Amino acid sequence: MEKIMKKNPLYFCLFLLPTLLAFMIGFVVPFGMGIYLSFCKFNTMNDAKWVGINNYLQIFQGDETFTHAFWFTALFAVISTVAINVIAFLVAVALTRNFGGTNLFRTIFFMPNLLGGVLLGTIWKILINGLLLSMKQTLTTNGTYGFIGLLIVMIWQQVGYMMIIYVAGLQGVPDDLKEAARIDGANDKEILFQITIPLVMPSISMCTFLTLTNGFKLFDQNLTLTGGEPMHQSEMLALNIYSTFYDRVGWKGVGQAKAVLFFLLVGLIAIIQLKITQSKEAD
Amino acid sequence: MESTKKFKSADEIKIKRHVSDYIFTIVFTIICAFWVYPLIMVLINSFKDKTHITTNPFNLPNAESSVQWQNYDQAVNTKMDFMSALWNSLTITVLSVALILLCTSMAAYFVVRVKAWYTTVFYYLCLFSMIVPFQMIMFPLSKVTDTLQLNTPTVIPFVYLGFGAGTAMFMFSNFLKSLPLEIEEAAMIDGCGPIKTFFSIVLPIMKPTVISVGILETMWIWNDYLLPYLVLRIRYFKTVPIVIQYFQGSYGRVEWGAIMASMVITITPIVILYLFLQRYIIKGVLSGAVKG
Repeated sequence: MEKIMKKNPLYFCLFLLPTLLAFMIGFVVPFGMGIYLSFCKFNTMNDAKWVGINNYLQIFQGDETFTHAFWFTALFAVISTVAINVIAFLVAVALTRNFGGTNLFRTIFFMPNLLGGVLLGTIWKILINGLLLSMKQTLTTNGTYGFIGLLIVMIWQQVGYMMIIYVAGLQGVPDDLKEAARIDGANDKEILFQITIPLVMPSISMCTFLTLTNGFKLFDQNLTLTGGEPMHQSEMLALNIYSTFYDRVGWKGVGQAKAVLFFLLVGLIAIIQLKITQSKEAD
Repeated sequence: MESTKKFKSADEIKIKRHVSDYIFTIVFTIICAFWVYPLIMVLINSFKDKTHITTNPFNLPNAESSVQWQNYDQAVNTKMDFMSALWNSLTITVLSVALILLCTSMAAYFVVRVKAWYTTVFYYLCLFSMIVPFQMIMFPLSKVTDTLQLNTPTVIPFVYLGFGAGTAMFMFSNFLKSLPLEIEEAAMIDGCGPIKTFFSIVLPIMKPTVISVGILETMWIWNDYLLPYLVLRIRYFKTVPIVIQYFQGSYGRVEWGAIMASMVITITPIVILYLFLQRYIIKGVLSGAVKG
């Protein structure tokens, strides 16, 4: 099969070329241009002028919003990761017991994932603003409200998703192992910490990585819920890059440089995750 | 302590278990009521006047705040042109997912079966693309697609094929790597060429992966906001997330009534679809979670 497909260019054109071409246009070329443009000053594509590392310097000199967005995002990613995973794990442990309605409950917990970030953000904007109204405040009164609001939205959305992964992991823990431990006199807590958790470690690291990356890359929910208001106080990295591009005249080069740093950051997290998974597999 | 605990009678354990089961059911019923409340809230508010939606989203519609079906009428007929957005979203999602499934499954087959430098490079580039956030390429991509006129709902699927290739290629390749060669060799001896082998033997075996990839890509593309917003000619073509965000724009008064109605129109069929396809969606999520 390999020989036939390699010899006749027809198969290359039919099987590989469409995806390859789209991948070039939809990813490789824009990515290359993105790297190049981060070293240029430009407003459209045609007036790009090489300025070296100026854009990168400007991120940290003429603009405090990026550093603020970075710390806001990092804090958010860490807190939301812990909150979502703890809740999702507890829900999963509960819902793998045998009691009435577990299937229905799982269905309901997952439901928010069907809606996109824009709808999620819109729904919670109305709810939270409705609650804050009694205190004569809104989501955009200060950055803290925005932070808490985003946290609520992401918990509502992601708990169900992570729960699905945890439930699958928990169902893979053999019952006779737990039964054997119980006969040996282990209590529920010991079984959870010494048998269940070590055995679902792959699910835990998977979910941790997913929530962490989702937290760092969050955009839609941030845009709809607060739009970064007030004064960039609730702005996360992805939105900060977007507003640098499209709300500030003459800053596109800086925006692209920020995007490159953002990519390196997200890439770093992915590599760390990969290394951890690989070292686990080697054990 | 320990010994009394160990030697409880079977009946005693059963009763205890029964009671705790009921408590669990009750507790989770309450939690889930809170969990679905935001969606109920949207439904309730879709029948209320826009000023009452923001001042008190928690009240049921009453004689003063109720507008009956007026919000739906506005969303569909006058204020938002919501139906064309819904149609655009549907077109883009269906065409993109179909294109991605067909093209990437074939490409993955080629990449796994033909060992050459370019297939290896392509495969690793696909993996690499999975960790690149969209903001990294959004500006150049919107310029490239503008130049190539890839900016209408019927051609944007090509852009999705490019940017979405990573995950799909990864999942298909993973499956194909574990597929024993013998089946295809047998087909070849029977006189099947690569095209016939792929479509009549490999693709049917891959069906579960096709469904999983299809579910994941559908959930992504249907809900995607920024890519279509930057790529489409926004004056003429909007998708569902785009109109819903667009009509909250800071110009003039926000038409909350119409927004609520359009959200109900969007969410209802999705929830119904979900109840039928739940098994596949869960499977898709689980097989996608392995991607890392």
